[in-house]
Amino acid sequence: MSGKPRLTYLNGRGRMESIRWLLAAAGVEFEEVYLETKEQYEKLIKDGFLLFQQVPLVEIDGMKMVQTRAIMSYIAGKYNLHGKDLKERALIDMYVEGISDLMQMILMFPFSPPDAKEKNLESIKERATNRYFPVFEKVLKQHGQDFLVGNKFSWADVQLMEAILAVEEKVPAVLSGFPQLQVFKTKMSNMPTIKKFLQPGSPRKPPPDAHYVETVLKVFKK
Amino acid sequence: MCPKPKLYYFDGRGKMESIRWLLAAAGVEFEEEFLETRDQYEKLLQGGSLLFQQVPMVEMDGMRMVQTRAILSYIAAKYNLYGKDLKERALIDMYVGGTDDLMGLILMFPFLSAEDKEKQRALIVQKATSRYFPVYEKVLKDHGQDFLVGNNFSWADVHLLEAILMVEEKKSDVLSGFPQLQAFKARISSIPAIKKFLEPGSQRKPVPDDKFVETVRRVLCMYYDVKAN
Repeated sequence: MSGKPRLTYLNGRGRMESIRWLLAAAGVEFEEVYLETKEQYEKLIKDGFLLFQQVPLVEIDGMKMVQTRAIMSYIAGKYNLHGKDLKERALIDMYVEGISDLMQMILMFPFSPPDAKEKNLESIKERATNRYFPVFEKVLKQHGQDFLVGNKFSWADVQLMEAILAVEEKVPAVLSGFPQLQVFKTKMSNMPTIKKFLQPGSPRKPPPDAHYVETVLKVFKK
Repeated sequence: MCPKPKLYYFDGRGKMESIRWLLAAAGVEFEEEFLETRDQYEKLLQGGSLLFQQVPMVEMDGMRMVQTRAILSYIAAKYNLYGKDLKERALIDMYVGGTDDLMGLILMFPFLSAEDKEKQRALIVQKATSRYFPVYEKVLKDHGQDFLVGNNFSWADVHLLEAILMVEEKKSDVLSGFPQLQAFKARISSIPAIKKFLEPGSQRKPVPDDKFVETVRRVLCMYYDVKAN
């Protein structure tokens, strides 16, 4: 029993990727179990591991945690990435939730029908450039600090970094109107734990492909 | 006298209702500004009050808070409804995540076509009775305490009561297989602050109707067809 957190999910990004990012950024090593078949998933349910019959599942500190937000909140709280007081926590939560809305669009993208993909891609680009990135550009410009909240590295920075890279994969020049975010991206990339996570061989998962979509449908299809 | 929180939203449930519930449960009086016209909304946008151009927005403690989850977390923590430590908070977050997913199925309900409404109603009841209610039934049965977490009234209890009542509006006998939840419902409903909120004349909003749907569509210029999950 290693005592490391154990993540159960498909071998791909999905909703688990933000958790991998956060653990990695906190310098926490973790194990992973990959769901490949419906039988594995049904066994997990039968054995009482999945509170609401869903993954992500993270076994950590004696708990079988489900619900992505709950898991991330716990990790952020445990590793001091959730601000120093209630107000900083509120700011971090607001930023994280906003970014999460953007990430949700990217999450669903591989599952959209072929004739909707172009429209959805356009929506992702529009939302990123008109609704979300301007907010963080402004936040960074106004306080001139390296990190989004309280002049200290937090969950919000990790989440924003993940989102920037995810959007760039779809819209390569998306940061062209956002000089602060470009600097932010570079700074985050150079933080030791994040730098390590961005290197080949890390637990970071590649963008979802047809095989991933197939596996999701196979494992969870009724 | 501390300024009261001020809630900016439509005159209806939507995403703001859970916030009204939690403030009420915490015994916190609040004011509301109802969005009725597109102009009002654009004024809020131009004034820079809406961080991501969206409501709910709650002005409290010098902040203009947006993002329902962030607002609820803040209120819960401020009024000691968030457990005594990180592990209790984790449990509350998990339970609230479940009831949130369940209520999410109901959120878009008023916007659906008549045909989709029937399908969605069936889905809501199926998910409630096979995925969500059994979990809370078991939690209560296993520890035999009055409240979901840590033998103390918390956000999780408020959220579960709200979810139960909302599902009951779709199927009145939905709790028939859940004796613990029936007792829970009676117990939590009789807590003074909650009892008050459940009485006529409180700030609790009624089941959303066509007028509500019309208002939302008009204010947000949201005229596309809404599909069921």
